[in-house]
Amino acid sequence: MLSSQSKPQRQYPRSHEPIVWSLFGAGGMVVAFLLPAAVLITGFIAPLGVAELPILSYSLALEFCRSWWGSLFILVCIVLPAFHAAHRLYHGMHDLHLRGANWLMLTVFYGGASGLACATLFYLWILRH
Amino acid sequence: MNIAAPSADIMKVTVQRYRPEQDNEPWLQHYQVPFSADTSVLEALQHIKDHLDPSLSFRWSCRMAICGSCGFMINGVPKLGCKAFLRDYSELHIAALDNFPIERDLISDISGFVENLETIKPYIIRDDPQELDTSQPINQAFIQTPAELSLYQQFSQCINCGLCYAACPQFGRNPDFLGPAALALASRYNRDSRDQGQEQRALFLNAEEGVWSCTFVGYCSEVCPKQVDPAAAINQGKAASTTDYMLNLLSLSKSGEKE
Repeated sequence: MLSSQSKPQRQYPRSHEPIVWSLFGAGGMVVAFLLPAAVLITGFIAPLGVAELPILSYSLALEFCRSWWGSLFILVCIVLPAFHAAHRLYHGMHDLHLRGANWLMLTVFYGGASGLACATLFYLWILRH
Repeated sequence: MNIAAPSADIMKVTVQRYRPEQDNEPWLQHYQVPFSADTSVLEALQHIKDHLDPSLSFRWSCRMAICGSCGFMINGVPKLGCKAFLRDYSELHIAALDNFPIERDLISDISGFVENLETIKPYIIRDDPQELDTSQPINQAFIQTPAELSLYQQFSQCINCGLCYAACPQFGRNPDFLGPAALALASRYNRDSRDQGQEQRALFLNAEEGVWSCTFVGYCSEVCPKQVDPAAAINQGKAASTTDYMLNLLSLSKSGEKE
């Protein structure tokens, strides 16, 4: 009690972590529930010929990518896991005591994920035109 | 009656010593301590102090995991001395709790932790302070149902032993982090149906030094001798802080931006 009276009041500014933590949480859900199925279908079942999937023929796949819900699916599958990974790596580097300048770390990890998001959006835009 | 014969087992016990008036840094001293199946680490230290070396200093009181005084690093793991037994080890290495300054031998200076506890206002707050005015006769009861009690009871079991602070790598790197026990206690009062202090505590919880320094390592919950699970409290606090952040963006929240 004495210490809290004799010391000047500490300031506790609000953290902006909730933004990246929300993306991290959403990405975690995608990685856990959506991505394994997507990887299984597009990475193994279709290319190895385990099953015939007409949806993965070129014309139907292109149509899927051009539809708004297909674009949304691709965006969700790429961007949210990217932010999940960026957040993990950013804090993982801290936990491993590999800490560079904070602005550099933010740029590399969250900037990288943002760059990937822009690239995905750009590519989806190209597919539609 | 079946009385076990006194055991002749002897264990090598290495103890970290630090006497600030003579030593520049901590050093290790070795003792040979007799033990039986029910000898606790605290009893081993008491044996050393009583029979081998009266100069050894350590903190203890209740001997039954209630007071939280005898936290040590036991073979590198934060544990209560009274709750760890020699029978589970082949050799013992006892040191003061990690992440705190050492006052003397095995005594850690936990004043930083106590300050963090004070910061989060660990008491019932009412909008109308007159309701808690102890100089007035009590004229009302704050009734609570068993269901309301169960919402916070787990987080009220903390004995302030500091083991979670010794376990927390984030507190080790940034002593400004309020830390597991303080944040679990904040959660305990925020969950209490009689409390109205959520807005005041949000100010600390929403900060980097609050819930956001935690990276969910989870070691705090693993070493907790009372199963408080501070890691769960903090990560549920992150969800609450995120909701508050979004509401604040929409100017619907009253908390966190004051002062």
